[in-house]
Amino acid sequence: MTKPVIRVVGLGKSYATAAGLFPALKGVDLTIRPGEYLAIMGPSGSGKSTFMNLLGCLDTPTVGDYFLDGHNVAHMDPDALARLRNRTLGFVFQGFNLLPRMSLQDNVALPLVYAGVDKERRRAAGRELLAKVGLGQYAESLPNRISGGQQQRVAIARALVNQPRLILADEPTGNLDSHTSEEIMRLFGELNAEGITIVLVTHESDIAAHAKRQVRFLDGEIVSDHLTEQSPC
Amino acid sequence: MLKAMLGEAWRAMGANRLRTALTMLGMVIGVGAVVIMMAIGQGAQYAVQQTISTMGSNLFIVLSGSFTTAGVRSGSAGGPTLNVADGAAIGELDGVTNVAPTHQGTRQLVYGSQNWSSQVIGTTPEYLDARAWSIVNGAGFGDSDVRSATRVALIGKTVAQNLFGDDDPVGKTMRIQQNPFIVIGVLGSKGQNLDGRDQDDTVIIPLSTAQRKVFGTPFLGSVRMIMVQAESAEAMPRVMDSVTALLRQRHRLREGMPDDFFMRNLSAAAESEAETTRTMSILLGAIASISLLVGGIGIMNIMLVSVTERTREIGIRMAIGARQQDILTQFLLEAVMISFAGCLLGLLLGLVIALAINAVTGMVVVISGSAALVAFAVAATVGIFFGWYPARKAARLDPIEALRYQ
Repeated sequence: MTKPVIRVVGLGKSYATAAGLFPALKGVDLTIRPGEYLAIMGPSGSGKSTFMNLLGCLDTPTVGDYFLDGHNVAHMDPDALARLRNRTLGFVFQGFNLLPRMSLQDNVALPLVYAGVDKERRRAAGRELLAKVGLGQYAESLPNRISGGQQQRVAIARALVNQPRLILADEPTGNLDSHTSEEIMRLFGELNAEGITIVLVTHESDIAAHAKRQVRFLDGEIVSDHLTEQSPC
Repeated sequence: MLKAMLGEAWRAMGANRLRTALTMLGMVIGVGAVVIMMAIGQGAQYAVQQTISTMGSNLFIVLSGSFTTAGVRSGSAGGPTLNVADGAAIGELDGVTNVAPTHQGTRQLVYGSQNWSSQVIGTTPEYLDARAWSIVNGAGFGDSDVRSATRVALIGKTVAQNLFGDDDPVGKTMRIQQNPFIVIGVLGSKGQNLDGRDQDDTVIIPLSTAQRKVFGTPFLGSVRMIMVQAESAEAMPRVMDSVTALLRQRHRLREGMPDDFFMRNLSAAAESEAETTRTMSILLGAIASISLLVGGIGIMNIMLVSVTERTREIGIRMAIGARQQDILTQFLLEAVMISFAGCLLGLLLGLVIALAINAVTGMVVVISGSAALVAFAVAATVGIFFGWYPARKAARLDPIEALRYQ
């Protein structure tokens, strides 16, 4: 078997609240291999967002280990985590999160600024990825000139620009209508077919059905982990 | 990377132009005020320095003592206690550059149909050296003129204008106290002294001529005043002490007897004047600096608002790989750029206003490159100092919280 992209061992996270320590995540084990398309499901408060933040290197666990691409991330300093987010991960958010004052091309190329890539190559990469998601003609436009679905495509292009090992998508269709959602999910399917590993967080089962594997969280623990019977792609 | 960040800072400044302009205005006014105040302060200092330099440097005068006749005291320089020989002896002392015994008074001058009252100074050629006084037309008199009491005169510019009008005075004969004097030279202009007296309204003649023909002296060779120039400002107290000792010895004054002469330090008065203007310009600068400080606080205020407004943007940037340091640099650059741009405009504004003040009021203003440099350094410091706290606040945001911020 291939080396896992993500291996999580006994990962736990507790928050200090007025009522004492609240365990949001209680010792989760999970392994994700390259090329997988995984959906994380669960109601609010199930710990799936906490888990996603940990996977995204935006937060550090209280206990347990998290191996991303073979490196233990659990105890890295903020700069090393920033580097991982920049080079190894690509984020897609529910609210698109494009910078409003930047052209789409610059938005897509923004991670490259923090990777220290020069301007010419940033422009080229920005254009190339916009073309890949079918928005090449809007390279110089501002985000408010295009529709929500198109903005999410730009966000996906941005997530791809650093050729990450893994794409983390947090409710990527939460702000979109069902038709546009289908389009976005088709794009994810295509990317996965190209070999890109995708982890998707959603609470909608029809969205989760697009993934090849479904993991369900409840009260900070994984309660089910199974392959999707019929993959639409 | 830095270039990309400069571009971003520029874009952020352009995003809310009115706010950026108002923030900048604080800096513009601050720097402008500093530039104007410094120009005026330095101008005043320059004017005083000019006046002082016309007096001659490191000078003090020895005045003959008072004497009492039937209970009436004469006041200083009334008694015949100083003489030419005292002057010569002072000239031998260590640290003395020039000694000029002088005898002066006001006399009526006559040339043709014109007449004019002016100060007449009888002295030696060293007087001109001590006071750094040049001759612009003609030549000065020498020691031989003093020895043989020739009737020659050097006249100041004011005298030349009032007595001779447009004529060239050199070679002309004028009368002082019925005595004919040949004008041999015209003195360079010195303008007003610190009291506002016109220093160019002066006639300088040889000391012996003054004593014998113009003023007359109770005793042959006695003088009212001796002007002494020390080699340096540091040497002044030492030279004054040795002059006192020398004169007491020469005048055979015993221990406990009062001096029969007075000494006045001319430079001290000038220096205190210079000190006053220096204090004034520092004070002006300090007051102006307060407005710079207020401008800086304005920047900090706006940067804090900006950090709050852009919390989500900061979260996005962090999520896609910006390090804390990158966020810090970005906000710091923005603050410094606003500060710098404000400084540049302030510099221009200050310059224009300072020149306008000069043009309208005729007040001397000095615009120095160092003042501009200081203003720039201050602007950069203000930008970094007041930009630091908001930038650090931005850099320390928790990416999860920042992303969730609406």
